[in-house]
Amino acid sequence: MRKLLTLKELSKKEILLSSGHRLCSGCGAPTVVKMVLLASDYPVIASNATGCLEVSSCISDYTAWKIPWIHNAFENAAATISGVETMYRSLKKQGKIDKEIKFIAFGGDGGTYDIGLQSLSGAMERGHDMLYICYDNEAYMNTGIQRSSATPYGADTTTRPAGSVIPGKTEQRKNLTRIMAAHNIPYVAQASPSHWMDLMKKVQKAWEIKGPKFMNIISPCNRGWRSRTDDAILLSRLAVETCHWPLYEIENGVTRITFKPKEKKPIVDFLKPQGRFKHLFSFENEWILKKLQEDIDREWKRLQKESSSEKEGGSSPS
Amino acid sequence: MAKIVAITGNEAVAHALRQVDPDVCAAYPITPQTDMMQRFSSFVSDGLVKTELILVESEHSAMSSCVGASAAGGRVITATSSQGLALMWEILFIASGTRLPIIMPVVNRALSAPLNIHGDHSDAMGARDTGWIQLWSENAQEAYDNTIQAFRIAEHMDIRLPVMICLDGFIISHSIERMEYLEDEEVRNFVGEFKQLNPLLDLGHPVSYGPLILPDYYMEYRKAQDEVASKVSSVVLEVAEDFEKLSGRKYGLFETYRLEDAEIGLVIVNSAAGTSKDVVDEFRDRGIKAGLLKPRLYRPFPYKETGEALKHLKAVCVLDRADAFGGSFGPVYLDIATSLYQYKKKPILINKIYGLGGRDYLPEHAELVLNELAEIAKTGTVKSYKEYISVRE
Repeated sequence: MRKLLTLKELSKKEILLSSGHRLCSGCGAPTVVKMVLLASDYPVIASNATGCLEVSSCISDYTAWKIPWIHNAFENAAATISGVETMYRSLKKQGKIDKEIKFIAFGGDGGTYDIGLQSLSGAMERGHDMLYICYDNEAYMNTGIQRSSATPYGADTTTRPAGSVIPGKTEQRKNLTRIMAAHNIPYVAQASPSHWMDLMKKVQKAWEIKGPKFMNIISPCNRGWRSRTDDAILLSRLAVETCHWPLYEIENGVTRITFKPKEKKPIVDFLKPQGRFKHLFSFENEWILKKLQEDIDREWKRLQKESSSEKEGGSSPS
Repeated sequence: MAKIVAITGNEAVAHALRQVDPDVCAAYPITPQTDMMQRFSSFVSDGLVKTELILVESEHSAMSSCVGASAAGGRVITATSSQGLALMWEILFIASGTRLPIIMPVVNRALSAPLNIHGDHSDAMGARDTGWIQLWSENAQEAYDNTIQAFRIAEHMDIRLPVMICLDGFIISHSIERMEYLEDEEVRNFVGEFKQLNPLLDLGHPVSYGPLILPDYYMEYRKAQDEVASKVSSVVLEVAEDFEKLSGRKYGLFETYRLEDAEIGLVIVNSAAGTSKDVVDEFRDRGIKAGLLKPRLYRPFPYKETGEALKHLKAVCVLDRADAFGGSFGPVYLDIATSLYQYKKKPILINKIYGLGGRDYLPEHAELVLNELAEIAKTGTVKSYKEYISVRE
């Protein structure tokens, strides 16, 4: 069933999120969605949490979705698709439907890390045959750049603005990918649109695994990151190369890093082009830069250790 | 052939659900509903139904997955009480706004705080304007009959709205009563095959559910929903007529009891109506023209028909098992008052709040109210328009 992931082959496939949607120029989300759907060789039905992607892709009487799609509310994309998937199993069992269909939920970091975490955790624990995709743009972008539990330490957001007393966000990012791995589901991965082949291989792999799957995909937002409109791919690449967003997968409990940067870049390379971190480059906030680098080094070391200690069991995503 | 049994309300409704045999059920435990879904789950485990269960982590996810399952294109049920219904509140509007025929028995229970697990109507009354159809049930038989009829009403092609079937927590859910079952096949034939409408699972016709609709069209959408709701009464009556042919039991939008020539009357929903009817009989025996009206289709409320049925009385008391605080009246009172407002000649209308958090409603309470109504009818004087009864001062 799996088709080759060559640009030539992919160019023949229909794009299932049509142009004309109203997401901002340079938004990472539609690129992520298109890659995910391009990598799917099965028919797919999607649910979508309230958020940028949802409000911009289906404004009555128009829809950008060429696949069956449902938006219910903010915090329940996982529960919603679990209902669709269960009805599919019920009707299939009764012989009323015979096609092989895959189920997917799209949510932003607010709808996934925060308000939707319970719904996601429940759906994963129940073992639905589904893939949850979090497009993580590291804040509540749809409502206007408020901090979420995915927002990096020190970032300037509208609810924790960098001021003369408080230097932006003063809490750690939640490691959702590890939280999902702790559910002992068969497949968890982190991906980035900059490494499209890696991302699409992971999606293809996920579809061949029965049960709940989770993918966390970084999705730059030039409005919230205060970056250039055409920098989404560059910034997601820097996120990977600085190990701010390491690319790895955990298959049946075995961790494998799927991309190791030849030379790990310093975190400032990722921070510098983004206005949300501008205040960190002043003398009094130097300690935050140092802390961010230390946090990343520690997590990267931990990940490498987790990955190498389980090397024997590791497998390739191809 | 009807089968006569001694059964609790929860068991009766669980059997109705078994006989209908839905495609998907999402359930989360909450007292006093738990026992109903436990029973249904054992039907699943024993292979008596084809239903796929989703044992969710909250009522919010129960209703959310019901929305997904129903939009996918099949028959979907859940059940809840009290805090569970409150937690679903957000998604109740989405289920009705998306026009999904989900069926949900609500075993009525008080709301926190203070925490209380016993029967009153604050839960479902709080959800009365969520766009759901509400059918209220006096006893296990009515809860069973309403559950079966609910599927036909919800799935009617002119309606496609979700339905709550309300029954009193513990008083009905856990008390054993005499009841008549229909045969499994009779129920299945009555309910019929589920008819899909724009199912998500139809890959040939991909649909988008849950669009954003801004001020340019939102109001037209809501008006369309109001127009659909206005058709519910006639469908409820049509389904009741078919159900009477099958069961011999007659249902309407509401039940009137010795109301036609009555001068004083009670309006009361669910189990307390049974107690009240006995007291109405006692008053009739004493030559006092008492009567009773028991709402069944509470949402959408049949204002016109209810007003017509009550307008000739001299004095009416609406008994509410839920309150709107701070000088307002109970929810049923407000609806009855609205239904009578347009008439020049209309009864004096008073409101009693009773039975909150499972406080017993006894025949002597109905007697006190009816005595007060007789006095009001005679003198035209009202001491208090709203009062809590059977309560410590």
